[in-house]
Amino acid sequence: MKSAIILFPGLNRERDMATALRRASGHEPAMVWHTESEIPAADVIVVPGGFSYGDYLRCGAIAARSPIMADLVRKAAAGVTVLGVCNGFQILTEAGLLPGALMRNAGLKFVCREVRLQVERADTRFTSRYAKGEVFRTPVAHGDGNYFADPETLARIEGEGQVLLRYADGTNCNGSVNDIAGVLNPAGNVLGMMPHPENMIDPLQGGTDGFRLFQSLFAGDAEKAA
Amino acid sequence: MKARVTVTLKNGVLDPQGKAIEGALSSLGFAGVDGVRQGKVFDIELEGADRAKAEADLTAMCEKLLANTVIENYHVDIL
Repeated sequence: MKSAIILFPGLNRERDMATALRRASGHEPAMVWHTESEIPAADVIVVPGGFSYGDYLRCGAIAARSPIMADLVRKAAAGVTVLGVCNGFQILTEAGLLPGALMRNAGLKFVCREVRLQVERADTRFTSRYAKGEVFRTPVAHGDGNYFADPETLARIEGEGQVLLRYADGTNCNGSVNDIAGVLNPAGNVLGMMPHPENMIDPLQGGTDGFRLFQSLFAGDAEKAA
Repeated sequence: MKARVTVTLKNGVLDPQGKAIEGALSSLGFAGVDGVRQGKVFDIELEGADRAKAEADLTAMCEKLLANTVIENYHVDIL
């Protein structure tokens, strides 16, 4: 299965993401610059983390209006798997692909630490290699990860099972409503999450808890091979 | 033509920066500050003299970029 990573000026996690995608899929991901008008054919498209456009205006706001985003929105609507991590999550909410918004951390501090994430559903293309209710370790590094949605939106996404990942064991480090760390779009093919699973894929990073998320993305391959 | 766009957080949206500013004002000795909400101001210069068109354009700019209407309100003033 092929993957692609969208690049904006100011991102800094694209190479970590490329390593995770390569190790999980066995293929080098395509790197796609934001001024392109079309993303090459890919089964998985990732918007990685960093500080696109220096977080000017609002985190992810400028990147979300880049030329490449029209094609990303089109491909997401067609059912392609899309993952946004950290700044990528902010970009996907700003682009209207995901509900809610990411606000300044409630404690006003940039947080760089490890959190624990509870998997709310295992029947998604992002979490098939985890068990429902399982808690796994992942690092976070952000200043604006405070997930907000108005009460109606919140009730809807909770009711529809769009909340996929929650900070567990008191590790909600940014004030996110309902401890929300990751949300799906209604169709379930787009996930945005603040924590960095790509930075927990090797024992040298302190663990491999995040790698199964990437294995889940390419699980179709294993099924075909079996 | 000059215009000023003001973007503010919606009611009910937590504003930790406003809270911090409120705390700093009180530690400076300003009594009676009941609340602070931080927002943004954009001063925009437009070509042409058609006010109705300017207002429509500025509203579109707010909807598409200047404000995130999930969390923010906007107000357009043509000066």
